[in-house]
Amino acid sequence: MIAELGHYALVLALLAAVTQAAFGLIGPAVGKPAWSAVARSATSAQFMLATISLGALVWAFVQNDFSVEYVASNSNSALPLLYRISAVWGAHEGSLLLWAWILAGWTLAVSWRSDGLPEGFAARVLGILGLVSIGFLLFTLATSNPFARLEPAVPDGRDLNPLLQDPALAAHPPMLYAGYVGLSVAFAFACAAMIEGRLDQTWARWTRPWTTVAWAFLTVGIALGSWWAYYELGWGGYWFWDPVENASFMPWLVGTALIHSLAVTEKRGLFKSWTLLLAILAFSLSLLGTFLVRSGVLVSVHSFAADPARGMFILIFLVMIIGGALTLYAWRAPLLRSEAGFEFTSRESFLLFNNILLVVAAAAIFAGTMAPLISDALGLGTLSVGRQYFDPVFLLPILPLLALAAVGLHSGWKRGRVTERRAAILWTLLASVLVTLLLVLGVWEGAKILTPVGFALGVWLILSPLIDPIDRWRRKLTLTPALLGMALAHASLGVFVVSITAVESYTRERDLALAVGEAGQVGEFEYRLTGLSGVEGPNYDALRGEVVVTENGKPVGVLYPEKRNYWVQRQVMTEAGIDMQLTRDVFVALGEDLGAGRWSVRAQVRPLINYVWFAAVLMALGGIWAACDRRYRREPHA
Amino acid sequence: MTRWLRVCRVGLLALLLSSSALAIDPIELSDPALQERYRDLTHELRCMQCQNQSIADSPVGLAGDLRREVRELLESGKTDAEIREHLRARYGDFILFRPVFNWRNAWLWAAPVILLLLGLVVAVRVLRQRARLAATDTTSPDDPAP
Amino acid sequence: MNRYLLPGGVFLLLVIVLFIGIQRAPQKTVIPSALLGKPAPQFTLPVLGGNESFNSSSLAGRWHAINVWGTWCPECRVEHDMLLRIADSGALPLIGFNWKDEDSAALGWLQQLGNPYSVGVADRDGREAIDWGVYGAPETFLIDDRGIVVHKHVGAMTPEVWEREFLARLPSTAGASQ
Repeated sequence: MIAELGHYALVLALLAAVTQAAFGLIGPAVGKPAWSAVARSATSAQFMLATISLGALVWAFVQNDFSVEYVASNSNSALPLLYRISAVWGAHEGSLLLWAWILAGWTLAVSWRSDGLPEGFAARVLGILGLVSIGFLLFTLATSNPFARLEPAVPDGRDLNPLLQDPALAAHPPMLYAGYVGLSVAFAFACAAMIEGRLDQTWARWTRPWTTVAWAFLTVGIALGSWWAYYELGWGGYWFWDPVENASFMPWLVGTALIHSLAVTEKRGLFKSWTLLLAILAFSLSLLGTFLVRSGVLVSVHSFAADPARGMFILIFLVMIIGGALTLYAWRAPLLRSEAGFEFTSRESFLLFNNILLVVAAAAIFAGTMAPLISDALGLGTLSVGRQYFDPVFLLPILPLLALAAVGLHSGWKRGRVTERRAAILWTLLASVLVTLLLVLGVWEGAKILTPVGFALGVWLILSPLIDPIDRWRRKLTLTPALLGMALAHASLGVFVVSITAVESYTRERDLALAVGEAGQVGEFEYRLTGLSGVEGPNYDALRGEVVVTENGKPVGVLYPEKRNYWVQRQVMTEAGIDMQLTRDVFVALGEDLGAGRWSVRAQVRPLINYVWFAAVLMALGGIWAACDRRYRREPHA
Repeated sequence: MTRWLRVCRVGLLALLLSSSALAIDPIELSDPALQERYRDLTHELRCMQCQNQSIADSPVGLAGDLRREVRELLESGKTDAEIREHLRARYGDFILFRPVFNWRNAWLWAAPVILLLLGLVVAVRVLRQRARLAATDTTSPDDPAP
Repeated sequence: MNRYLLPGGVFLLLVIVLFIGIQRAPQKTVIPSALLGKPAPQFTLPVLGGNESFNSSSLAGRWHAINVWGTWCPECRVEHDMLLRIADSGALPLIGFNWKDEDSAALGWLQQLGNPYSVGVADRDGREAIDWGVYGAPETFLIDDRGIVVHKHVGAMTPEVWEREFLARLPSTAGASQ
């Protein structure tokens, strides 16, 4: 009964979305302001109905209602409660419902916080968001209904994929979708502006906080996925350039360009058509990512549902929404040219390069991700692309970008005045080089070619954003959240670069064959297997190894890597044993039984790896801090 | 056969990756230099059965067979290029993660470079134009806060 | 005005590619054989369940098919009846290439279900299979009378595949009597 209620609520939500889109877009077009109020009410209704629908699905999971097919496929009575809830978005149908719900929620937030916007414009924004909602709700109801009943019902379910039975991965989709959906807000703002044929600095000021917060969510979502991959997948990797990872990374890159381009549009009224295009592009990539994951066109370990029919639906939706937006763009963008100017070393100049290099990076990843598909479609045969392509092709535009960022942080608007800051720039550069030498020669031994480059750029990026705030603080000027948030975000980027450089340059790993009582050596670390025992969990039984790790004879800790056998799905999973310290992770994973009492054990030492994700979270916090600045909340002067 | 591939691909993330630990192959070659090359090569070659993993990381039997083939070729003194070619002749280009540079995928390798150059051209044009305008532009404020 | 149409143009190209991609998605899984048009690899393998060796050079001059299979492979069970029908038709000799299996299991299976193979060999450790570019059973290769690999089918053999891909390639005088 509850499932039917959920289904019905979803249908009503679709109707609400249609109302929202119709009244939101037609109202301003025919000059009926009363219709915007209808659009707003429809927004509230859509959210309430979507909540009921999602709630019904959550209820079905919590109550173990295995007469619902989706629940039967993804849950089990032995599944812990937390994962019964996160199983709601563990597979295709439920994750779409989550998308739709988050979209309804963001739309409602825009509706509530839009007091400073002209009514017609706000209505149009809600209208565009309504169109997107229609797409997702229709797709869900037509092809991916999570409330379908199973006749006859089964006594118990097939359990949630054990890989998803993890707190980080439970949080990963909501964060990621919050990011994608947030980018749709920027998209809606852009479309509304194009429809009205008006895009000014005030528009940019409205759009910026929404986009920055969306970007922050996306950052956290990607970081969660990467962290999870590291400790869960058993061999210590954290990024694979897998098509679905790329599908989230491309919108992130373009989203980063967007928030910077918005800054230029807000300050100087420049880059208007760039900003519009980036907003369209960022959201397009989010939609495209959805398409790639669900249509079976790409080979990926991550594919949700290889179903060409679903792929077709999303493709048509893509064509309508993005095609529509790009048509608007071709029509309106020529009218938006400004005659303002800026000098060669101005901040605008640096941000122009920022835009270009980030888009080139995203395009390169796009090419690599789509290459197999393109090659096949053109009849050029199957193509295979891995990190050997993505790594160099990504670094090509990004390394110069990092250097430009370190300098650009000192530049002023319009005039640049970089020479005035020459001392600061050179001192920070010198400091970076010195720290690099210290790290490469003193702290760690050996280095790859890019190691000193990475360290130098990273440290430079940590130091550069600090100069301006310190200078202002000294001169007793106000330190706004916008300024501090920006400094934090850029410094965190520096931390990220340093830690990735360390991980990629100095990770040590060996695969050992150990029987109980034996030990193996990785650098100064000794890994001794001291025990193997059977343990049982709520829905699995496991072989747990006890590994004592010492460094140069001094005890480091005892780690308990496990190989878990999940009963219902009959899958074997590894839980790595990780000793996390400030400067490094010691990583142990159990492999397979080699016979004669020996087991294969992967032993790794990973320097600085936790800062990779820590930096990402800090970056996101910096963005949110900046978005909270009061100036985004003041009323526009008439 | 197609069933196998489907089983590998669709939704069984877990099957591939959960048993990823089984891919740990503690066999070491006599010579550390060979071991290094072995590591690198096995990460460059695709597991043809579970197609988004390298043979270094794939748990399936075929991956183990291919790793053994690589080991034997290394110990018999073949160069990296010869080993890649040996496997490419049997399995086709798809087995190599790094796409071989030939006229068919030249576009893939050239694309990022061309895009970068295009970007630079655009940048230079815009910068020149705006710098000219800056000389005469008195309307917008100088140096507003960030 | 022109350059603002550029993004739309690029998008259109992308849509076309994706559209084609969807159409071709069902065939995505098949990788074409690298051996097509090339001489079939020579092999010497133990006969299944026996002590003698079998050398592939004895197949020279005749059209034949090599079927890679294993008792662990569910699709092989699916195609087995079709293989028996092919053997009965006498169109051409079918060589059974037992891949990474146990002799006892393989012999038991053939005894129980019927043996379509004129010769059965066993590649127990998978070495020879690599030379053939085998990546998953069942796979069936068609080799002509000059020893060139003319076709490879990946997946269970079906009547349609047999007629369209294999029989259609045989010259009318090929194979055994009929």
